[in-house]
Amino acid sequence: MSSKTSRHVLSILVEDRFGELARIVGLFSGRGFNIDTIAVNKTLDPRFSRAVLTTRGDDQIIEQIIKQLHKLVRVRKVHHMTDEKHIERELCLVTVRAAAPKAREDLERIINLVGARVIAYSPTAFTVELSAPSKEVENFLELLRPLGIKDLCRSATIALARPGDDKTSNIGENAA
Amino acid sequence: MRGARIVCESLLCEGVDALFGYPGGAILHVYDELHKLDGKLNHVLVRHEQGAIHAAEGYARSTGKVGVCLVTSGPGATNVVTGLQDAMMDSIPLVVLTGQVPTTMIGNDAFQEADVVGITRPCTKYNYLVRDVSELASVIKEAFYLARSGRPGPVLVDLPKDVTAAEHPFSYPESVDLPSYKPTVTGHPKQIKKAIKLIESSERTVLYIGGGVVNANATDEIIELAERLNLPVTPTLMGLGAFPSGHDQSLGMLGMHGTYTANMAMAEAEVIVNIGARFDDRVTGRLDCFAKKAKFIHVDIDPTSINKNVIVDVPIIGDAKTVTRQLLDALPDAPPPERKEWWGILRDWQKRFPLSFKDRTDCIAPQRMMKEIAEITRGEDICATDVGQHQMWAAQYYPVKHGRSWLTSGGLGTMGYGLPAAMGAAVGNPDRRVLCITGDGSFQMCIQELATCVHEGLDVKVLIMNNNFLGMVRQWQELFYSRRYSEVGMKYFPDFVKIAEAYGATGLRAEKPEELHEILEKGLNTPGVVVMDIIVTKEANVYPMIPAGAAHYELVLEPEDDGEEPEPRELA
Repeated sequence: MSSKTSRHVLSILVEDRFGELARIVGLFSGRGFNIDTIAVNKTLDPRFSRAVLTTRGDDQIIEQIIKQLHKLVRVRKVHHMTDEKHIERELCLVTVRAAAPKAREDLERIINLVGARVIAYSPTAFTVELSAPSKEVENFLELLRPLGIKDLCRSATIALARPGDDKTSNIGENAA
Repeated sequence: MRGARIVCESLLCEGVDALFGYPGGAILHVYDELHKLDGKLNHVLVRHEQGAIHAAEGYARSTGKVGVCLVTSGPGATNVVTGLQDAMMDSIPLVVLTGQVPTTMIGNDAFQEADVVGITRPCTKYNYLVRDVSELASVIKEAFYLARSGRPGPVLVDLPKDVTAAEHPFSYPESVDLPSYKPTVTGHPKQIKKAIKLIESSERTVLYIGGGVVNANATDEIIELAERLNLPVTPTLMGLGAFPSGHDQSLGMLGMHGTYTANMAMAEAEVIVNIGARFDDRVTGRLDCFAKKAKFIHVDIDPTSINKNVIVDVPIIGDAKTVTRQLLDALPDAPPPERKEWWGILRDWQKRFPLSFKDRTDCIAPQRMMKEIAEITRGEDICATDVGQHQMWAAQYYPVKHGRSWLTSGGLGTMGYGLPAAMGAAVGNPDRRVLCITGDGSFQMCIQELATCVHEGLDVKVLIMNNNFLGMVRQWQELFYSRRYSEVGMKYFPDFVKIAEAYGATGLRAEKPEELHEILEKGLNTPGVVVMDIIVTKEANVYPMIPAGAAHYELVLEPEDDGEEPEPRELA
């Protein structure tokens, strides 16, 4: 077993009931585990929600986290996405100063390079949207930093198994 | 049917024969229905909600049934939080029903409102806020099912007053619908095979058993396994009584205050078979030094217990009774191995390093008190303890003869647990005598339950090991803080004999060694509630002891006797 700390993505299928998210979050804080991001939404099956959670820890900690999540009475399944081929996305909204023509040119180049797009603008600033893995969002923000970031909001990571490797399914209970 | 009546009828459907509680505003409808049922549901009126929940724990642990507790909202509910966490850590099945303000007032800071499901989420196995009377019966059904199945634990059901007032037809469901909850009972056959292979390969093997054996009622299977494999057995504090302590193969308890032989056996073992224990820090000592020579087989119903503290070689998830039976069935039909070399070493340790203490003629040694109790009762009685030095001496010297007869707060270490737990056990076992071994500190934390014990006419014998100190803390201050006794001597102690009498119980006191036996004989054989205040050596220490942070083989034994009580120290 490796004692190296690394990043893990967990996909949790949980019965959609009052207070269940609090149990998941409480489990992490109560046992001293860290939640980096968490995203929750419905599945196709109205009885279940899916929470995608990113965390860090060594193998023993991750094993313990997964087991503790399984132990929750209303948690149906926990998938360790990091063990499988999967796709991850985070949504990033960022407003950048770009009043001077040179700054606009720089911004345009960066946007085209990473595949982001402008979704709002004013005479002096542009709001840009990027959907990408967290690491790429980090790089993108590094590129924008010299221009001057005015405002920023990042979503939690969501994840899906790659087609063909989809042992997991996000549809819900019946397909899972 | 009114919601409150649905609650009562559901309890009757579950076969509840005792319910420990305390009324109040938000739970009034349920109390009204109890009144109408005219004693059909046996309610024990405690004197404090903490008493109710510990009583329910004592009842559950000693009978194997689910303990039930009924309290009101706000302070009623917050007063049971200690007991919930206690039951959570020691895997005690409980259903706790709490009143709540009406659903329309939740969140408004109403009188006696508290976010009880929020407060108790981390200290229950599961909890419910019932929002509609239509779900009441099925919630109670699920609560009982969750409490007793898998790894047992406390389940709380919060009952808003308008829900217990609302009308709904009653039908108790026959089954539960919990699609995400499927505890594993049977061990994986492949793991069973691996375990057998590992056990067969080793000479120096130890069977280390915990509270899971008690919960699974697996004593018979454990005895059979130990005997067929000629294994030495060591129970944890929670496992006492799961293997008869008088059995020739028992090494006694292991851990911080366990026997030399039990701890050294773990240190020298090649294979450790853990059934229903969880490698608690009070057992392992310093983790990186724990049982370095051993390979581990770990049987536990809770997958999170496995590889939590100690990485094991053969994990088996399942119920202690079922898995032990599987192991027995998989064993080849052969006479028990001799393990001559191993038993030779163990017997030598037992001879050289038995439990020992300084017996005294000038005052009663606390261990002497326990030995006399052991002799008079022969370990036949149910024994509840509080927390501290007396608890460890009771664990060392009380020869628990039967399963489910040792009640102690192991995981949480809750002072004040003893008396109400003894009370709950006495309610559940009217034919047996129940002891409560306690200290002068712990006893005062739930002393009010003496009234309940007298009221209910219970056969509870309280034995106070009175050293005028918070002894275990004092011991640590002596050993690790250069005898700087900070706030461990209460300058005023009440007269426990008079207190007993004021509550309508019998009070007795022994101060000199020559009085001890007679007082114990008399007190233990006096019917009803008896409080025996036994004045013991002020500064005796519990040995052996693994100091916190030390390796489990670095046991400190009782130092040589210099015959002198240390100089009295001015109390801070």
